[in-house]
Parts: sequence; structure tokens; C-alpha cells
Amino acid sequence: MLQLSIFLENAQGRLADALNTLADLQVNIRALSLADTKDYGVLRIIVENPEEVAEKLRERNCVVKITQVWVLKVPDSPGGLAGQLNKLVAEGVNVEYMYGFVEKENEQAQVVLRVRDAEIMQAAMDKLALK
Amino acid sequence: MTQDELLLHLRKTIAQVLKAPYYKKRLAEVGIYYPGDVKSLEDFRKIPLTDKEALRQNYPFGLFAEPLEKMVRIHASSGTTGKPTVVGYTREDIQLWAKIVANGLRRAGITSNDVVQVAYGYGLFTGGMGLHYGCEELGALVIPISGGNTQRQLMLMRDFGSTVLCCTPSYALYLADSLEEEGMTKEDLKLRVGIFGAEPWTEQMRAEIETRLGIRALDIYGLSETMGPGVSLECLKGEGLHIDENFYPEILDKDGNVLPEGETGELVLTSFNKMGFPGLRYRTKDITSITYGSCTCGHTGWTMKRVSARVDDMLIIRGVNVFPSQIEEAILSVGGIEPHYLIVVDREGNLDTLEVQIEVNAASFNDEIRELEELQQRLQTKIHEILNIAARVRLVEPKSIPRSEGKAKRVIDKRKEKQLS
Ligand SMILES: [Zn+2]
Repeated sequence: MLQLSIFLENAQGRLADALNTLADLQVNIRALSLADTKDYGVLRIIVENPEEVAEKLRERNCVVKITQVWVLKVPDSPGGLAGQLNKLVAEGVNVEYMYGFVEKENEQAQVVLRVRDAEIMQAAMDKLALK
Repeated sequence: MTQDELLLHLRKTIAQVLKAPYYKKRLAEVGIYYPGDVKSLEDFRKIPLTDKEALRQNYPFGLFAEPLEKMVRIHASSGTTGKPTVVGYTREDIQLWAKIVANGLRRAGITSNDVVQVAYGYGLFTGGMGLHYGCEELGALVIPISGGNTQRQLMLMRDFGSTVLCCTPSYALYLADSLEEEGMTKEDLKLRVGIFGAEPWTEQMRAEIETRLGIRALDIYGLSETMGPGVSLECLKGEGLHIDENFYPEILDKDGNVLPEGETGELVLTSFNKMGFPGLRYRTKDITSITYGSCTCGHTGWTMKRVSARVDDMLIIRGVNVFPSQIEEAILSVGGIEPHYLIVVDREGNLDTLEVQIEVNAASFNDEIRELEELQQRLQTKIHEILNIAARVRLVEPKSIPRSEGKAKRVIDKRKEKQLS
């Protein structure tokens, strides 16, 4: 799956501005995470038609990057996420960052994973029959 | 030029400047009443320097060496502190200036077949008309569009098939930005050479302009007090700016001593054959170095390095001399970042602070904070390497630093603002 990352200055109202722009563009955000430092942050979002949205954001002077991520369904029970991750780590997957969200329709807990090496991740997903 | 020929030229200039009350007084101070009183280069070097301040104090016409009825044109540079500095030209001066610019352009490979878009400002500023008359002298087709109005610049550039662009280097970059925004590419244009000046720029900026506009970018130098643009210009060999034979350059250290060939200091210019507003040992405040020799383009005489800094631009931060161009050099050497930056100098307690804001772009942005922090760190390290003082680098959003259609504003010195308030 493709994720959009947007560079945001850590100034008052910038996050709201960015979200307003996305609303203007009629973009529905399915998952979101904000990583921030003192000066700036990176807003990461999962949306429909990421390439199209990225282009529109660029037209509005946003710096946008498209990155490949994986969405993993997580058993909704204690240790559910840990169990899944342990399996992936055993296959040599190196996680850069992750964030969780709940899919509305079926209340399914999910995580977005960004990994160092996409090929290793794909191989692990195939082998473990994860989705 | 032999020493004797040089002295002869210098004496001719002295004869002319003695007609101006200001110079008559200055020369008397060092015992020069007649041109013949300068018997050697050592005598010449005793002559006090003239600077912008002298023009302000003798505003408006105190340095003119011919009566107003002989003058046909006035130019002036905007005084940031009140009065402008005024310069005047006789008809012969205008013709001389046109020839000087034409000669420089010829060495830059520009011919009567070229279509030249002059996007320097026309008016009291010398940029626009200086290039304009030089191009006409050369027989090129001139588009006197002046500065600004970017969309129109691009439209005419495409429709008229401009082959040469004359403007400030930062405006050239602005045009390159706008080209993309207008949905055009450099292939839609016929540009082949750019003549860029009126502000200091770097080799990296040259590379960026050359790639993005698909042209050779050449540096032109001049200042209204000594003529206007055309005092020196790069030829296609790109080994420096050839100084026209109508100017005699000296490089001085900060105590006013003349430095030998190749050493870096302030450029001081004396003009030959100029009548209305002759210049004698004029302090340009520009920092460069000069060498003597000949070039395959046909130039013989002095060649100067591109001006990378101005005496006035120098910031003193924690006692260290810092030129904005050094910070630009650091930013560009780290790469992946376009040169949109702002230097903010401030004081916290008794300590000067240096912050460099740099716009993040598609090439430098990385989704991982760790990578962004590394970029920030690399920039800080590089600035420290070059300047030997610590700077705080702040990554900011694109287009958040104000753009200018003329000279780019690169420095905000809050210490000065604090002193004023
Ligand atoms: Zn040459």
C-alpha cells in the first residue's frame, strides 16, 4: 500500500491548514500518524488514490513523498500485535516505524508498517500468509 | 600596457577629475595640483580613496567634471539611508559605455544574430539601459522588457525566441521556477546564454541556472559609480571576468595597502577616458582578486574573480567575519537543496546566535525523521567547518521564505533592529 508523507513546519495552525487542504480536496483519511520534532513534523496518511492526492498537494506547494507501507490486521487480543511482529522479525524484517488504527466497518485493529527492506517484508508476508 | 602608458592614462584621468571641486580639494591634500605631479605609480597610490559617502556628501553634482549642459544622462543608485548617489554621463560617455558593454558581450559569444531580453530594471538604475545600449551597439535585437511581470517575460521569451537573457541571477532562478508553473519547459525556449549580475552569486547557483534553463550562465560586473554594468564580463572560457581596458583595477587590504596579483581584497577602480563623471580610486566595496594576462577570447589585461562578497555584507558573529556567500556555499555543497535560505542573526544575552532557515524540497525531504535530522546535522557540520562557528539549521516549508523579483534578501540581522528600537 502507498502512504503519503507531508512535511509540516511546527508552527501554530500548520497541521490544521494541512487537514483543511485535504478536506477541500475531498480526501478521506483512513489512517494517520504525526511524527514531530521541535521544528517540524511529518504527517503520514493513508488515503484512496494516493498518487492523485500527492499531485494535488504538490500544486499547493506541499512537499509530499509517497512511500510503500504494509497494513497488517492484528488479532484484537492481548499480545496480538506482539505475536505478529515476532513472526516478522524472525523473518529478518526491520521496522522503521509503525502506527495503529481501527477499520471502522468491521472494528478490525490494524497497523501500518514501514520497513527498511521491502523485498524481505514481501517475502515474509507471503511465507506467513499475512495480509 | 606598459608602465609609461599606464601613467599617461592615469594623468589624463587626473586632468579630468581636477575639473570637479571635490577631487581638486582631495588631490591638493596630497600635493597634487597638476597631472604632472603624479610621476610614478607610488605617487598615484598616495591619492585618497573615494567612496559612496563622498557622493552623498557632495549630492547631487559635486563630483561632476563637466558642466550640466554637456551632460546628457543621469543615473542614480537608491540610497538606503536617504540621499541617492548620482552619476552623470556626457554623450561621449554613453557611447564609450555602449562600446565597453558590446566588447564584453562579443567576447561572451553574443552577435548581431542574437535576440536579447533585457530584464534588468530600466530607469535610474544602470542595469537595463547599460545592457540595452551595449546590445544595440553590437547590433543585436533588444527586447527592453525591464524587470518583473514574470508571466509576460516567459511568454515573450518563447514567442520572440529570445536567445540571451540579462537579469539578476536570483531572478533567473525565479524565472526557472515560474517556467514550470506556467507548464513550459526549457525546450520551449531558444535561450542559449544568460548575462547575470547586480548581486553576488555562486558557482552552484550557476550550475543550477545552467541546468534548469539549458544555457551558459555568465557573470557581468559593474556599478553605477564607475559606469554601470560592463566594467567586467566573463567570456565563454569561464576563467574569470575580463576587466575592460578603460578601467584600472587595484586590490586593497583593509588598511588600504595595494595587494599583489592574485590576492583577495577590496576592488578599487579608476576609469580612463570618462568625461562627465570620471572615477579616481573608487572603493567598490566588492571583494575579489585580479590577475594580468591574455585569454584566447582576445582579451588582454586584467581579469577578476567573480565577486563573492561585499565589504558591507560582512556579518560579525561572535567576533568571526561571516559572508552570506560562505553559508550558501555550505548549503549547496551538502546538496539536494535549492538555494532558498535565510540567515537570521540575533543576540541572546551577550551571545550572538546564527540560525539558517532552509526550505525543504522534494529532493531533500525524507519520510523518516531520522533522515531529516541527519540532513540538518550535515548542514550544521558543514557550516561549522566553513565558518568555524556553530549555527542552528532549521528546515522550513517550501515557499515560506519570501521571494523577490530583484535582489534576494538573505539576511535578517535582529541585533541591528534591537539597537534601533
Ligand atoms: Zn576570455
